[in-house]
Amino acid sequence: MTNDLVRTPLFELHLKHGAKMVPFAGFEMPVQYSLGVLKEHLHTREKAGLFDVSHMGQVILRAKSYEQVAGELEKLIPMDVAGLKEGRQRYGFFTNDAGGIEDDIMFANRGDHIFVVVNAACIEQDVAHMRAHLSEDIQVKLLTNRALLALQGPKAEDVLAEHHPAVRDMAFMDVETLPIGGAECWVSRSGYTGEDGFEISVPKAAVVDLTNSLLAHDDVEFIGLGARDSLRLEAGLCLYGHDIDQQTSPIEAGLTWAIQSRRRTGGGFPGAERMQEEIASGPAKRRVGILPEGRAPVREGCAIFASETATDPVGTITSGGFGPTVSAPVSMGYVQTAYSANDTVLFAEVRGKRLPVKVAKLPFTGPNFKR
Amino acid sequence: MKFTEEHEWLRIEDDIVVVGITEHASTQLGDIVFVELPEEGQTLSKDDEAAVIESVKAASDILCPLDGEIVEINQAIIDEPSKVNDDPMGAGWFFKIAPSDLSQMDDYMDENEYNKLIS
Repeated sequence: MTNDLVRTPLFELHLKHGAKMVPFAGFEMPVQYSLGVLKEHLHTREKAGLFDVSHMGQVILRAKSYEQVAGELEKLIPMDVAGLKEGRQRYGFFTNDAGGIEDDIMFANRGDHIFVVVNAACIEQDVAHMRAHLSEDIQVKLLTNRALLALQGPKAEDVLAEHHPAVRDMAFMDVETLPIGGAECWVSRSGYTGEDGFEISVPKAAVVDLTNSLLAHDDVEFIGLGARDSLRLEAGLCLYGHDIDQQTSPIEAGLTWAIQSRRRTGGGFPGAERMQEEIASGPAKRRVGILPEGRAPVREGCAIFASETATDPVGTITSGGFGPTVSAPVSMGYVQTAYSANDTVLFAEVRGKRLPVKVAKLPFTGPNFKR
Repeated sequence: MKFTEEHEWLRIEDDIVVVGITEHASTQLGDIVFVELPEEGQTLSKDDEAAVIESVKAASDILCPLDGEIVEINQAIIDEPSKVNDDPMGAGWFFKIAPSDLSQMDDYMDENEYNKLIS
């Protein structure tokens, strides 16, 4: 079984740094290093954390012109792709005819093509989806020769600037091609932690050297999937397959901001009717932050009730755990719209007990982006 | 000292038994962020759910290793769960139980046998 898992080019380096490896979306990935989840999380918020995210899918969409590719991609995602300027990136998602989310992605205008980063668990499905529904003129190329690193935290800029000073001039969601350590890197100022930072697509042949030289900096530590999850949870960011899935709509998920106004009114993407209806009339349920009042973490799958004695739940927790920066348990989930106002007191069922929780504004921390 | 397959340690102090989790268990669980303990005076049977530990990764149940009455709990680890990681075999103890049948201790492993289990 273990033999079927894919290893990233950094596998040996992870082991050298004391990583505990776990299966994740078909890959063998580091869940934590010798520092441990709690300290890795705090280190990222205080200095800079380095994540191997090479399991994520890197896809290039290319045709005769950017405009042609953008027009085609807009058939599958409710974002303004055509209006995205060269050297800029956007958050987006593939939607289905029922108005649910098939995967969430990052996509960038890199001049004559679009660069898309997709979730590891959705790579095959997303590539097949694009090949099936984009016109034959669009080349959909899944890159197998590149790794992906994320350098996140308040010191990320200083660290990466030692490799290329131009990163200092990048704003949040800018993308650039930069030579770093002799390799052509595609750098974006973005991440999944709520902190300032960069995501760096680097040729596999160069990733071990780049990783070693980043780790050589006193402010940088390797960070595993465990802390990646608690960091994104505190930052209020969705994890696909948990907080968003094929049934939940972007409107319920509080992702309406990601659908630019031209697309809201114009439609022309899968599930547009449901989304337009939910934008006009409000969705039946909403994703909210949930702050447990006690110390017990309230985890994914816990039912939420309006009172200690109510028989029918009004919601469910979709992500939950301990927030090291908040220094308390934090969760998010969906509740019926009538119960979604901030500070509403609800009860989450944990091990048969109803524990008081409060609807809370997301994110729990930050964000600390460089706009 | 005796050890259970559930990675608890049991230490006899006069007529009562102190229960905690092993160093190995605390390392495997990772940073512990929440502990729920039984109530003092509560009577439990062997294999009843006695306590809950939540680490940054997951929740785990601690089963009561003996029949008996809980005579004392360690409030310090409720207030500061990281004490379990810092000193699992000492200051991070969980509860003290007055066993009704001390011979149940014979079911458990000694240190050598436990070390073999985790090696």
